[in-house]
Amino acid sequence: MADKDNQDVISKAKRDWEEQRLEKLLSKRPERKDNFVTGSNAEVQRLYTPNDVEGLDYLEDLGFPGEYPYTRGVQPTMYRGRLWTMRQYAGFATAEESNKRYKYLLEQGQTGLSVAFDLPTQIGYDSDHPLSEGEVGKVGVAIDSLKDMEILFGGIPLDKVSTSMTINAPAAVLLAMYIAVAEKQGVTPDKLNGTIQNDILKEYIARGTYIFPTQPSMRLITDIFEYCAKQVPKWNTISISGYHIREAGSTASQEVAFTLADGIAYVQAAINAGLEVDEFAPRLSFFFNSHNDLLEEVAKFRAARRLWARIMKDRFNAKNPKSMMLRFHTQTGGSTLTAQQPDNNVVRVAVQTLAAVLGGTQSLHTNSRDEALALPSEESVRIALRTQQIVAYESGVAETVDPLAGSYYVEAMTDRIEKEASEYIAKIDELGGAPRAIDKGFIQKEIQDSAYRYQMEVESGERVVVGVNKFQIKEETPKGLLKVDPRVGEMQKAKLGELRKSRNNVKVSEALEGLKKAAGGDENLMPFILDAVREYATLGEVCGVLREVFGEYKQSVVL
Amino acid sequence: MDKPIRVLVAKPGLDGHDRGAKVIARAFRDAGMEVIYTGLRQTPEQIVATAIQEDVEVVAMSILSGAHNHLFPKVVSMLKEKGADDMLVVGGGVIPDDDIPALKEAGVAEIFTPGTPTSQAIQFIKQNIKR
Repeated sequence: MADKDNQDVISKAKRDWEEQRLEKLLSKRPERKDNFVTGSNAEVQRLYTPNDVEGLDYLEDLGFPGEYPYTRGVQPTMYRGRLWTMRQYAGFATAEESNKRYKYLLEQGQTGLSVAFDLPTQIGYDSDHPLSEGEVGKVGVAIDSLKDMEILFGGIPLDKVSTSMTINAPAAVLLAMYIAVAEKQGVTPDKLNGTIQNDILKEYIARGTYIFPTQPSMRLITDIFEYCAKQVPKWNTISISGYHIREAGSTASQEVAFTLADGIAYVQAAINAGLEVDEFAPRLSFFFNSHNDLLEEVAKFRAARRLWARIMKDRFNAKNPKSMMLRFHTQTGGSTLTAQQPDNNVVRVAVQTLAAVLGGTQSLHTNSRDEALALPSEESVRIALRTQQIVAYESGVAETVDPLAGSYYVEAMTDRIEKEASEYIAKIDELGGAPRAIDKGFIQKEIQDSAYRYQMEVESGERVVVGVNKFQIKEETPKGLLKVDPRVGEMQKAKLGELRKSRNNVKVSEALEGLKKAAGGDENLMPFILDAVREYATLGEVCGVLREVFGEYKQSVVL
Repeated sequence: MDKPIRVLVAKPGLDGHDRGAKVIARAFRDAGMEVIYTGLRQTPEQIVATAIQEDVEVVAMSILSGAHNHLFPKVVSMLKEKGADDMLVVGGGVIPDDDIPALKEAGVAEIFTPGTPTSQAIQFIKQNIKR
């Protein structure tokens, strides 16, 4: 940024300031702490000057929004053109209950849907499977078959909304059900907008809803890439997620590093499967966390964009600019919310919302204040959505593009995070890529070390968490928490029993047999899965067939 | 010196959130305990079998999915059936206050909710194991 002479002048002036002003003050009034660090434990200097960003080349490192390397954002006008999509992750109990919540959220001005599935659905078990007991409808909606999916989206025109589905191991099955519901509404697949998470590597690393071993899982993912490129061209085929990596305790740099390392593995797998990079890469999307350290988070989002653009261009020789654009969804940090004085969480979420918006997110979920206690109540969800609306319409930060660019501190931190993440990616390359690094437990161990360090800092009081280790009060038991009806499991079981009697079981068996054969070969599995779900084969049946052919993933446990 | 306390840290049910389980396992280890961690997706049967096989004095379970009312009491009653009711059973996770009395009634000695320092869980175990 500055030329050499100018740098020397600034260095000298800074030395003078330190000697003449700073030292005098420090001798009388020392600073609050010896060391200042970010939320991710990176050192923070007292002051940043142009000399901290002396290597920065504006055109090469920042450029213009909508242009390589996209540091300043993926669209030329950003929020002046269109605000980010306000998308609250929701789903619980039955399809009927969740459908009501979606309609409520759409009435309240939400602009996209985001479906939370219960754990049995995410792990490919029907509600009447023994392992599902106690879990049905708890952390999301229970979906056993196309029948449930028809109810879930009843009265919601699928050509008008965009729908994000947090589904990974059985992503192909839920996508097939979504396509089948749309068909019944008279909506063709090319009109569908939305995202499936479909990111199995971070399930092995941090989130835990895996089913199949790595190889067949990667095949399912590339099958989806290939199928959607032709049939569902507007669909985001994967949401490569750092969110859960951060929730598991990683630092900001680790979040970027491990997410992009997973991204590299998916791109490589698709290329190995014979796909052209520019054919599928424009539909890749990302998902990040937003924590409390506002400026570090902004730097993280900017660094992630720049680094991904460079990886796609230099490593994979992408030519289409859309292949180099890191488009991302953000969710505020669930693990930053406290069970103590839950109303304080509204403020944390507001800070995290600002970080996501100043970082240029394409869509955002804001957590509700009561999430450290239970599933969010309707009132809490509304406050969370209003938080986004206040930032969008009242704060002024959406009126210009990438407003923090040029801040010496933010630019220096953007550089640091890009550098630290690149170093991790180089290390993961050495280990043989993300899947191997996961098998060896390397990525998990790095995250656990950060998580443990953080916990010890909180317990020693070194890191203050308001209401938890400082400023505590005596509290009443919180009221108005959402409770999932414990009868949901029984209701789902009954529905499933009905379905198994009323559908054409001969056709179901035929479709499942076809899928089994295809799974043993190397055909694209999507058409076979679609055939099966159209006949109302259940999620558990489809995944059961695939379990038979593929086997199951064995977790590598490291402490 | 007393022999070290043996603890099984377990993740019952389908929940994949294991940050808490891993942090607490490490804190127990740093406090001088011998720790066995089950990994994810354990059925009550598996947890009980491991607890008995490993001859632990404490079973510490973590759930964040809301399935605690079903799974915690099941582990306690199965331990009892197998004659291992001298083991101290504790639980942690996102567990509403309203659910805690019934869990204690069922034989879970203590429930640790979000924000609990690991030192508090360690102290509870030291004071309450049956030796």
